[in-house]
Amino acid sequence: MSKIGVFICHCGENISATVDCEKVAAEAGKMEGVEFATDYKYMCSDPGQTLIKNAIKEKGLTGVVVGACSPRMHEPTFRKACAEAGLNPYLCEMSNLREHCSWVHEKNEQTTEKAIDLVKMLVEKVKKNKPLNAIKVPITKKALVIGGGIAGIQAALDIANAGQQVIMVEKEPSIGGHMSQLSETFPTLDCSQCILTPRMVEVAQHPNITLYTYAELEHLDGFIGNFKATIRLKAKSVDYKLCTGCGLCTTKCPSKKIPSEFNEGLGMRTAIYTPFPQAVPNKPVIDRANCTYYQKGKCKVCEKVCPTGAIQYDLPDQFITEDIGAVVIATGFNVLKTDFFPEYGYGKYADVLTGLQFERLASASGPTLGEIRRPSDGQIPKKIVFIACSGSRDPAKGIPYCSKICCMYTAKHAMLYQHKVHDGESYVFYMDIRAGGKNYEEFVRRAIEDDGVNYIRGRVARIYEKGGKYIVKGADTLLGSKPVEIEADMVVLATAGVSNPGAEELAQKMHVSYDAYKFFAEAHPKLKPVETNTAGIFLCGACQAPKDIPETVGMASGAAAKVIGLFSNSELTREPLIAVVNRSAPPVFSTCVGCCMCQTACPYNAIEREEIKGRDGSVIKTVAKVNPGLCQGCGTCVAFCRSKAIDMQGFSNEQMFAEVMALLNE
Amino acid sequence: MKKLGFYPGCSLKGSSSEYAQSVLAVAKAFDLELTEINDWNCCGATAAHNMNKELALSLSARILALAEKQGMTEVVVPCAACYNRLTVTQHELNKDEALKQRVSDIIEMPISGNLQILNVMQLIDKYVADRLEEKVTTPFGHKVACYYGCLLVRPHNILQFDRLEDPQSMDILMKRSGAEPIAWGFKTECCGAGFSVSRTDVVAKLSGNIVKDAADRGAEAIIVACPMCQSNLDMRRPQINEYLKQKIDIPVLYITQAIGLAVGLSPKEVGLQKHFVPVEFSEQH
Repeated sequence: MSKIGVFICHCGENISATVDCEKVAAEAGKMEGVEFATDYKYMCSDPGQTLIKNAIKEKGLTGVVVGACSPRMHEPTFRKACAEAGLNPYLCEMSNLREHCSWVHEKNEQTTEKAIDLVKMLVEKVKKNKPLNAIKVPITKKALVIGGGIAGIQAALDIANAGQQVIMVEKEPSIGGHMSQLSETFPTLDCSQCILTPRMVEVAQHPNITLYTYAELEHLDGFIGNFKATIRLKAKSVDYKLCTGCGLCTTKCPSKKIPSEFNEGLGMRTAIYTPFPQAVPNKPVIDRANCTYYQKGKCKVCEKVCPTGAIQYDLPDQFITEDIGAVVIATGFNVLKTDFFPEYGYGKYADVLTGLQFERLASASGPTLGEIRRPSDGQIPKKIVFIACSGSRDPAKGIPYCSKICCMYTAKHAMLYQHKVHDGESYVFYMDIRAGGKNYEEFVRRAIEDDGVNYIRGRVARIYEKGGKYIVKGADTLLGSKPVEIEADMVVLATAGVSNPGAEELAQKMHVSYDAYKFFAEAHPKLKPVETNTAGIFLCGACQAPKDIPETVGMASGAAAKVIGLFSNSELTREPLIAVVNRSAPPVFSTCVGCCMCQTACPYNAIEREEIKGRDGSVIKTVAKVNPGLCQGCGTCVAFCRSKAIDMQGFSNEQMFAEVMALLNE
Repeated sequence: MKKLGFYPGCSLKGSSSEYAQSVLAVAKAFDLELTEINDWNCCGATAAHNMNKELALSLSARILALAEKQGMTEVVVPCAACYNRLTVTQHELNKDEALKQRVSDIIEMPISGNLQILNVMQLIDKYVADRLEEKVTTPFGHKVACYYGCLLVRPHNILQFDRLEDPQSMDILMKRSGAEPIAWGFKTECCGAGFSVSRTDVVAKLSGNIVKDAADRGAEAIIVACPMCQSNLDMRRPQINEYLKQKIDIPVLYITQAIGLAVGLSPKEVGLQKHFVPVEFSEQH
């Protein structure tokens, strides 16, 4: 026989202003199986909770219904109170009298009647509730960080420094990412490499970090705390155990005309190469698509010159499997080429560059050793034009969103140009200057006021070449859209930041959602910025949206903190509100017929097949099994199951019917 | 023989009759029969849509409705302004059923809005392009500056034709006719349009910049597909030369004239004698 306690909260006046709480409590007291019913001004307060606890103890309650706010607000509060009084917390239910009743109705009889009905439903439900226990899941304390740019580096170091194991996977031959390509960084003009390369070395030398470069995630299985990652180690064709990184092979390689990815095509590299001198690891790989030996079967110069015999042409791709507990996605972004702005002549004119190419020109490690020179003829440009929003904020031709970093890097580019070419003239065409950030606006003002960069508010219509100059035609909208024509020697386009080409595929591999622009999606735009909607997978940096270095680093540390927090427990506690496939005594074993329709319906890959075996090991029956670590309790499988063999704990069919029947049996 | 509708508009019946002549001649050379829409009226041009939207739509809608009524499914509209007005009108009516009904009531004719409206480039592309090279008998072996003007490719979201700021369709067709299209910066710059009458000085400047860039880059002819562009660059050449303080005598040809010459039509058949700036190299053809 049930002994249910009903506790009606006034929520100050939030509920009692339109609902007659005393009447609700009185009516609840008359319901079958209700042992005790009362109302109180603030049920969530300490005296309110004490009221519940005392009633449980004194009346020996077997279930509790709290008629108050949304369970999203205070269900944990009341369940905890029940548990403290010795009642299983899952025998406590909430009836939402605030959001579902008092806030949305006028004060009248019917509103109170509805409140009584809402309570009645939960009273009938809680009679069917079963005590449940939280699920414990073990945790593998090892994190996988995908991407070795500044985001991945920061996250990996933070996790490793907290004493946890990290595996870093980077698809390029070196870590460092886009930040290693940058010249100097806004707003302080720190040399990018000077602040980054020590951290790259730290990653390589950290005892808690295992670094796999030239590697990609092939496959990810499992669930929070218990992932299994398959990693493809792309064939480097060089045995890193033997290679000393002396670099002899790269100097002797006869294929020297391959556009360098690191220098954004402004410099050349060899087929066996390290991307840049400060690369980590500082050992080469062979780019098989451009290697004479792989393409034509002859050459092997690198093998001949290698003093340690490290070159191994027939090394295949290798696959390794790692058990990991959490994943941090830090795969970064890409720079959009300007195909959709043919009128700017990118690709047609050698001296029309992207911002990232200009970074390489301005970088001391770049193809011109930091001198600003035209790729076409090596001359120093005396007049340079920067075009902000080359693709960003342009729904007609480019992308509708703001790439966020371009205003700042364009100001920096113009500034660096003025610092390097003292008699040069620089112009920036812009829509708005978006310089939100500490010392950012001051930085832009410095470019304009101290360094004399000419800012023109307006768009550029076209660029065409005439007599070795680039005629930039635009409008100055602050001067009444006066047409402006500048004969420039070089043009730099602040192209949009876009997602990486492989982002979509990677997201699908990991069952992580992504947005319309193929950026990875955070779980909540404000309150869960580093989580994904898949438990145990976190993200940081520009793979979520274009962002600058400080923001990336902050986000990376945030993601690391989440991983460290997860790893601080030896077991994971999860709500037991999950689906279960029923099991019964032989010879039935389960009403599940093993059709596994539920398996296809499950959005979380939480259902697997299980073989029920006899004592002799023979398979008696195959049934579905829900993995409690993965199940999110959505209930899709319950709706799909043809033989009603799956039920949701806490929301069983029986409980749901009890609620409905309570309303119908007037 | 493929049959198509034909809307000449006012220009092709007057100041640019050689455009009409060359379009019809080229069409004939490629076995296309163009039938003029019977009882057509003004497209409304610039004036109507600046004054009254319904009037502008109704004028063009009447032309579309007539074409439909006369059993046409495709209509060739060589003038860039007419092409723009007819296409935009059909688009506007198709996206707003109530507006279509209102306009239909005004013109007292039904409109289905399913007409294929082709400018000259689209016509050539669709019905001529695959036979163009084999038909070329005397390749148009000159450096040409293809000038598209403002209306031919705009508004892009409605016309869905070619690239907005750096269009290519004319360059491609001219290349296939044996010409050498130059890369230049004035493909879609304004020629001055209707200011030809009221502010000839403005036209001299704007068209002058276009002609000068073409000449500076060694173009031997400017190729156009718009009667307005042609008349400004050609008829206003004395004022242009005065503005530039330089005598530039490169001719301005309609694309259909250039292609006509390339496929063996005589200068007279494509109306070259009607130009103000003489087409000097025409004898070679």
